[in-house]
Amino acid sequence: MNRFKIRVEVRFKEGVLDPQGETIKNALVNLGYTGVSAVSTAKLFILELAADTEDQALQRAEEMAAKLLANPVIERYSVGPQK
Amino acid sequence: MIYGIVVFPGSNCDYDAYQAIKSAGLGQAKYLWHDAADLGDCDLVILPGGFSYGDYLRAGAIARFSPIMRAVTRFAALGGPVIGICNGFQILLEAGLLPGAMRRNSGLRFICKDVYLKAENRDSIFTRGIPADKALRMPIAHAEGNYYGDAETLNDLKAKGRVAFRYCNSDGVIDSDSNPNGSVDNIAGIINDAGNVLGLMPHPERACDALLGSTDGRLIFESIGKAG
Repeated sequence: MNRFKIRVEVRFKEGVLDPQGETIKNALVNLGYTGVSAVSTAKLFILELAADTEDQALQRAEEMAAKLLANPVIERYSVGPQK
Repeated sequence: MIYGIVVFPGSNCDYDAYQAIKSAGLGQAKYLWHDAADLGDCDLVILPGGFSYGDYLRAGAIARFSPIMRAVTRFAALGGPVIGICNGFQILLEAGLLPGAMRRNSGLRFICKDVYLKAENRDSIFTRGIPADKALRMPIAHAEGNYYGDAETLNDLKAKGRVAFRYCNSDGVIDSDSNPNGSVDNIAGIINDAGNVLGLMPHPERACDALLGSTDGRLIFESIGKAG
């Protein structure tokens, strides 16, 4: 077994209102950054896990994202190696 | 009727529910611990409000994997009545026992105040005792009660009369000013397809005693006791 660091990023799906992102955008505009037209928030998880290969680690992380880390009703996720 | 009230680590409305059942003379109340494998002799299950597992990750996301949720899911599949209040509603959504999801309130704040609700569907076991046009007064207390369903989910809920409650004003008028949290279509509570699972953000158990300002919450619990 080897150990791998895998990153899972969870974001709102397109079209789902992100009230935090909206509020942060307004704050940035109020600070004078008038060119900012949108802010999306995301959650980043860095997993450390044991697996035989990196592919296997990525596959396990994908399962975890689908099962727990993201809510597929409102969120989407991407999985990749953490460099 | 024996009411089973599930206690998760972080539940904080379990005693309110227990007290409401007892003081309103609705029946017996029992606590069910989150790691129990079965529901004993309970006739109805309440998933109470609170902050199960600290609301870490997403409200309800971790509680839904508690051992007792397997028993609750089986009970619901066999037609057993289940009510999820506030955090309990969030758990039912995460568990897939009800459709949709909760987002942060549109104003980003935790809101604790009395609101008014209108029963949209008065045929369900949870709403059949509620008078037509009655605006029910009861509190909300949540930061993530901004209900979301995609267009297909919303159409299905409406077509099948599964929207149980919507936020309204004191006259029973459903308008955007009465929507405390940004929920789509002012939705405050929904029921499942089979009609035996209810989730709602407002707290009927905190509106069962005149001393607390309203007894309208009793209408929901009393509906269940009525013969169909």
